[in-house]
Amino acid sequence: MAGRELTNQDGLDRRLASAKLLSGCPDALVVAGLGSASYDLFAAGDRSANFYLWGAMGGAAAIGLGLALAQPRRPVLVLTGDGEQLMGMGALATIGVQRPLNLAVVVLDNGRFAETGMQRSHTALGVSLPAVAAACSFAWTLDIGEMDALAPLGARIQAMQGCGLARIRIRAEEVPRALPSRDGVWLKNRFRSALGFPPM
Amino acid sequence: MTEWQDRIFEVLKAGDVRQVAYVPDAGHARLIERVEGAPEMRGIVLTTEEEGVALACGAWLGGERAALLMQSSGVGNCVNMFSLVSNCRFPLLTLVTMRGEWAEFNPWQVPMAKATQAVLESMGFSVYRVTRADDVEETVQAAVDLAFESDQAVAVLLSQRLIGRKSWLAGN
Repeated sequence: MAGRELTNQDGLDRRLASAKLLSGCPDALVVAGLGSASYDLFAAGDRSANFYLWGAMGGAAAIGLGLALAQPRRPVLVLTGDGEQLMGMGALATIGVQRPLNLAVVVLDNGRFAETGMQRSHTALGVSLPAVAAACSFAWTLDIGEMDALAPLGARIQAMQGCGLARIRIRAEEVPRALPSRDGVWLKNRFRSALGFPPM
Repeated sequence: MTEWQDRIFEVLKAGDVRQVAYVPDAGHARLIERVEGAPEMRGIVLTTEEEGVALACGAWLGGERAALLMQSSGVGNCVNMFSLVSNCRFPLLTLVTMRGEWAEFNPWQVPMAKATQAVLESMGFSVYRVTRADDVEETVQAAVDLAFESDQAVAVLLSQRLIGRKSWLAGN
């Protein structure tokens, strides 16, 4: 397998890439997978329509599906990492059956389990998540390695042009932690309030 | 056999449950058929039950009620995902058809049958068990109310005695 290993030293800066993407889809309801993706979302600017996960590994895309079906007039963005999405690969099949027009899954892919010591993940060893999503009948898939592609990606998500998955190749590097609230009840109630639903 | 399943469907419909996620089970077959035929509901077939836990939480974030249908073996597939429910105090309604507890032919169903209620309760669920068809409607109604009025995780275990024996061999 060594010959197929990616060194992944020349990907994009994850914080800059996330901020650029998010600025292009200001109406999106955003669910972030646990670990670095949640920190990236928070670092790009906290907002009520962000839902950060601190656990539930593998669940981000399925949360996004339930949310997208419930809120068909809002773009829904699942921002997650390769390790988190690999654990929820079956959810790509489930999403591919439902195909809500307003759901996008964006995988920040460094080919590493960054939170636990940068161990290589499957995506560094020959597995392609865009190819999986395409095989699951997603309407569009993208494999992005350039900053110039992020504004169009944000605009595509904002426009709700079909169910899609984008992989953004990012550098495998440590960045300073930016920690959102880990109070799940508060995050839930804040998110629902932004949509006009009162707390219990 | 189908009658109590139709009553579950009516309770879910009247309770404004819009997303019904499932890994199929023979005991849920009639209910799944009713859901898939209902314009006001969306049936969502899963690859594994934990997706349905996450999906139900996402639905609630977006203001919709969801339900998760599975068999007892599926409860074991969900355990870590239940932490999403308890950490955020999401409402979660799951209807679980029991295997491995009554006149079971397949011993592979037995270990999870023994663990199902304990696993659910250890992860914070209120668990209702139904063994008589006459109790199904009222119990599911109580579960809907407890889940969505009090933001609780609630499981209704539909016993294998209620569901009936699975026929394994021709003429059996």
